[in-house]
Amino acid sequence: MIDHRSVAPTYRLAWTIPDTLVIARRNLLRLIRLPQLLVWSTVQPVVLLLLFNYVFGGAINAGGLKYIQYLLPGFLVQIVVFGSSQTSVGLAEDLSRGMIDRFRSLPMARPAVLAGRTLADTLRYTFLVLLMIGVGSIMGFRFHNGAPFAVAAAMLSVLFGFAFTWISAFIGMSVKDVETAQVAGFVWIFPIVFASSMFVPVETMPGWLQAFAKINPVTVTVDTVRALSLGGEIITPLWKCMAWIGGILIVFLPLAVRRYRRIP
Amino acid sequence: MAGGTEPAKSARFQGEAAISAEGLHKAFGKIKALDGIDLAVPPGTVTALLGPNGAGKTTFVRILTTLLAPDKGTASVAGYDVVHNPAAVRTLIGLAGQYPAVDDNLTGRENLEMVGRLYHMGGSEARRRAGELLEGFGLSEAANRRAKTYSGGMRRRLDLAASLVARPPVLFLDEPTAGLDPRSRLGLWDVITSLVRGGTTVLLTTQYLEEADRLANNIAVLNNGRIIEQGSAQYLKECCGGDVLVQLRLADHAQTALAVELLSTLGDGKIKSVAETGDISIPVVGGPSIMAEVVRRLDAGGIALAELAMRQPTLDDVFLALTGQTTEASTEDVAKTTVSKRGRRFGRRAP
Repeated sequence: MIDHRSVAPTYRLAWTIPDTLVIARRNLLRLIRLPQLLVWSTVQPVVLLLLFNYVFGGAINAGGLKYIQYLLPGFLVQIVVFGSSQTSVGLAEDLSRGMIDRFRSLPMARPAVLAGRTLADTLRYTFLVLLMIGVGSIMGFRFHNGAPFAVAAAMLSVLFGFAFTWISAFIGMSVKDVETAQVAGFVWIFPIVFASSMFVPVETMPGWLQAFAKINPVTVTVDTVRALSLGGEIITPLWKCMAWIGGILIVFLPLAVRRYRRIP
Repeated sequence: MAGGTEPAKSARFQGEAAISAEGLHKAFGKIKALDGIDLAVPPGTVTALLGPNGAGKTTFVRILTTLLAPDKGTASVAGYDVVHNPAAVRTLIGLAGQYPAVDDNLTGRENLEMVGRLYHMGGSEARRRAGELLEGFGLSEAANRRAKTYSGGMRRRLDLAASLVARPPVLFLDEPTAGLDPRSRLGLWDVITSLVRGGTTVLLTTQYLEEADRLANNIAVLNNGRIIEQGSAQYLKECCGGDVLVQLRLADHAQTALAVELLSTLGDGKIKSVAETGDISIPVVGGPSIMAEVVRRLDAGGIALAELAMRQPTLDDVFLALTGQTTEASTEDVAKTTVSKRGRRFGRRAP
């Protein structure tokens, strides 16, 4: 006889948070134990920031601002968006090594493997954002709007990264191998990063591109972070930005979890 | 094996099958991975799924461990339906997949503690259980080293230990000894044997016939998504393995014809010989008593023996007869063995 009684409340929503923390800890340990990965993923954005500032800085007209002032808020957003591509790579790795199968055979909360990964990655972004603010300050960047807004700017960048991590998690659950994840995790990021107000004012682009750049989530987030950092209109870009973050999470969080539950 | 691996929860499904499947179908596109599988595994026994690559073994295990949904049919594990109550099934099973699922960047201990926490053990309980298992699997010394530094055999043991953290009454092992050296393989067999003695039900897949022969109470031969035959190793050998052969080689092959004449009334009379080498084989039904008679007759005829052996059919023969394929472990070429399916060649000794 087959028993249809539902069993032990061990598998309930209540376990989502503890299970997520166990997985997040595992992913953070990995970061700490691969010091080379940590060093290089830290050096890379610093090198990029230096290059962008000193190579393009002289040529780009940033509306009368010193270029580092214009660049850094965008750079905070850039770093979390590019960083999010690593989520799909990590998950594809877990998938190919059978870790995901093991987790799926355990009585753990279903979203925990993905949530643990995105949480760990979000902590990584926090570190990178703070690092970039530090390096930027050495290069002459200053917050003009006071400490509370500076904190809000950093937090918004991290939150935006958290949302993007879920897109990346969905990609990681959808591709068949690590190599594909490496490519698929990146290609869609380039257009939205560069066709935005991140490096140059949108008004300098051709009209058709401006149309895209203006609704680009990266643009509205960069504009918000910039306004929080330097002053200016905050409310309008902020609600657009929050709408994007909410929209991305509402769509991609369930999609990614659904993928996880039904890996073919 | 040290203690601490005995299952705590096996009592609740006593008297019914620990694992059962009825009419399971699963297709991937046009490929029918499972084409109607029925299987019942009684509690506390070992069933081996034996089959060539692509026979559907792993697909079957993935369905039973809730990783994959079947297209058709039902399956239950420890009394719970795998489709309708997967959460309950997951609390009662352990799975060691085809490749060891251990996190290279964590230590052996951290790997096991993590699994314990994900079974919702408390911190101290997870620590204690990890310690017990590391000890039991001979990994105590390596416990605080990262799994990256482990040998293949150690990774397998750690993986198996991870599948046992919650003392599951039902254990699934997908090719548990693939790629292991003979010593590690023997060690793992001992572990599995002691688990079963403690009451655990085991379903394992394997390509190694010796493994199935050694461990399993029941062997199900899978081919093209169907179970084509099942039973004990002994039953399979009798039903599908062909004859028992007495094989002998003469010291002087010039005496072959004389020897054949002397022995011709033994066995079922279908004696075969190769005059160039002095090899003779006699299919028999009787059993070992015939060996003495062979020696007596040849001795009386003044014929000296170089070798004398009785060859039991092996699971290899069964497998071959049923699937028309060799296993990965066998090095024989297929064309040759298909031809000599029943009349086995000379020169192969009983294991």
